[in-house]
Amino acid sequence: MRTVALIKRILLQILRDKRTLALLFVAPLLVLTLMNLVFNGNTVDPVLGVANGNQQLLEKLKGADIEVKEYNKVSNVNETILDKNLDGFLQVDGNKATITLLNNDPSIAKSLEMKVKQTYSKEIQLKLMGANAIRSELPSQDLMKTNYVYGSSDTELFDTFSPILVGFFVFFFVFLISGIGLLNERTTGTLERLLATPIKRGEIVTGYLVGYGILAVIQTIIIVLFAINVLDMVLVGSIWNVILINIIVALVALSLGILLSSFASSEFQMIQFIPIIVVPQIFFSGIFSIEGMAEWLQVFANFMPLYYAADALKGVMYEGLNLTDISSNLYILLAFSAVFIVLNLFALKKYRKL
Amino acid sequence: MSETNTIQIQEVTKSFGKKVVLKDINFDIKEGCIYGFIGPSGAGKTTLVKMIVGMDIPDKGFIYLLGKKMPNLNILQQIGYMAQSDALYMALTGKENLMFFASLFKLDKTEKQKRIAYAADLVNLTADLNKRVSAYSGGMKRRLSLAIALIQNPKVLILDEPTVGIDPELRLSIWTELLRLKNEEEKTIIVTTHVMDEAEKCDYIAMVRDGSFIATGTPRQLKDQYEVNSLEEVFLDAGRKVQ
Ligand SMILES: Nc1ncnc2c1ncn2[C@@H]1O[C@H](COP(=O)(O)OP(=O)(O)O)[C@@H](O)[C@H]1O
Ligand SMILES: [Mg+2]
Repeated sequence: MRTVALIKRILLQILRDKRTLALLFVAPLLVLTLMNLVFNGNTVDPVLGVANGNQQLLEKLKGADIEVKEYNKVSNVNETILDKNLDGFLQVDGNKATITLLNNDPSIAKSLEMKVKQTYSKEIQLKLMGANAIRSELPSQDLMKTNYVYGSSDTELFDTFSPILVGFFVFFFVFLISGIGLLNERTTGTLERLLATPIKRGEIVTGYLVGYGILAVIQTIIIVLFAINVLDMVLVGSIWNVILINIIVALVALSLGILLSSFASSEFQMIQFIPIIVVPQIFFSGIFSIEGMAEWLQVFANFMPLYYAADALKGVMYEGLNLTDISSNLYILLAFSAVFIVLNLFALKKYRKL
Repeated sequence: MSETNTIQIQEVTKSFGKKVVLKDINFDIKEGCIYGFIGPSGAGKTTLVKMIVGMDIPDKGFIYLLGKKMPNLNILQQIGYMAQSDALYMALTGKENLMFFASLFKLDKTEKQKRIAYAADLVNLTADLNKRVSAYSGGMKRRLSLAIALIQNPKVLILDEPTVGIDPELRLSIWTELLRLKNEEEKTIIVTTHVMDEAEKCDYIAMVRDGSFIATGTPRQLKDQYEVNSLEEVFLDAGRKVQ
């Protein structure tokens, strides 16, 4: 009952605070849009040459926002791509296919490859099921080979950027707002006042987790839907998994935010945690290759929640992994938040020994 | 021995770091009386009342409230506490503040509504109940804090400088109400103050200076003991004696 009263009060306070509302729900969308514009300057549909594709496949490809040009057999694929200004070329040969990517802009190349692979493997599966009802799922790698005009499959800088960004913004804004929420409760003396009532420490932590958790879930869903539907981020796996991962990320951010707020004595000091706690996580989240780091530095990655979040998000959004593939990442994230929640109970002891 | 002692303070000592803030305090508080802790700012009054409420624990000694050793969560249902500085939710209205704190205590719905109406009326805030607290004056915030302390109809009221920033007329009406609560509802009330004329209204006084009780007793007793006409003089005399 007391927890419910606390949750209601938190939501009412936030609802009255238009700036915080905007920071929660509008700011992430603005920043994501800006990032998207900066990194993917052209939102023009990629151009794909296709040789030997059947009509059904061509239609499907067009449906996936790809500009399709049909060719007869071509002798030199690389030359054709360069001559005709194509972003990629798909050669179909029975059940095998080869895609050649221009790859001058890895983000375009990667998303084109993903779209084509996805469309093609669905197509093949339909065909197989119709023909002889073979249920076995052929991994898409075996169905399609990828070649590059420039670079290789390792050319990835911004291609895996967007899923990480989604996770990062969920983390960042939830961390900041929940932290400042509890901090205000402390600095205005209401926390101390609260502890002169029969409320239990666990009820306070639960109230904060659920109250801000509700906001975080709404925020997460808005960010994910916006990123995928409006910004057209590549999504191969299930959107439900993306939302699930981000909700867990939000839980970690929430519990860490309210925990660290007990070590800050002003909102400015809360902001000071950003370069210490939040920024390093970006470096270890996979935007920069972790394998390329010094070994002692790599160890740090293991302590960064965003490292696991980014891994799971990349897996689902780019590689189409399902829940079981990413479950270990999710368990680790849940363990992080469990630890933070327990530490929160202890941190509150500073204010009341019971 | 303690059937009428609502609060027992036994050999309580408290330090912050190296600074000893309270030294070996022994004091019993009887049911149905008003006690005044009088002393200058920094004397240790707030530290003592916070320990009585259980928000802090003594380094040495014990505090019993209604027979239970503090801190004790269940006993908090019986304590109405008003902090020295107003701890209110600015974004919420006066009524929402009262509602929230009422929900933290065991009160059923109708009782809650009744208590909110009663407490708001007592401090003259009924007309301003739907205004946000951020639009309240200092005195209104103080009054709302007092209303919150009364919200769950507690047996014991612990009020830390309740009348600071409140105009004389309202101060008088608050004291009238405190006396009524004592007489009709047998509440035990502790008030801290540095205003001597408020001390006259208390049944018992404890004069606090530098972490010690330098004089205790009824206002009458104290004045007789020091052979002076005002509590102010008692305080000065007692202070000199200690030195
Ligand atoms: N949390 C604290 N940490 C350190 N010193 C404190 C703390 N709280 C109070 N003090 C010190 O204890 C002394 C008594 O304070 P307080 O109980 O607030 O006095 P009063 O309420 O009588 O004005 C003061 O010197 C104050 O500086
Ligand atoms: Mg004080």
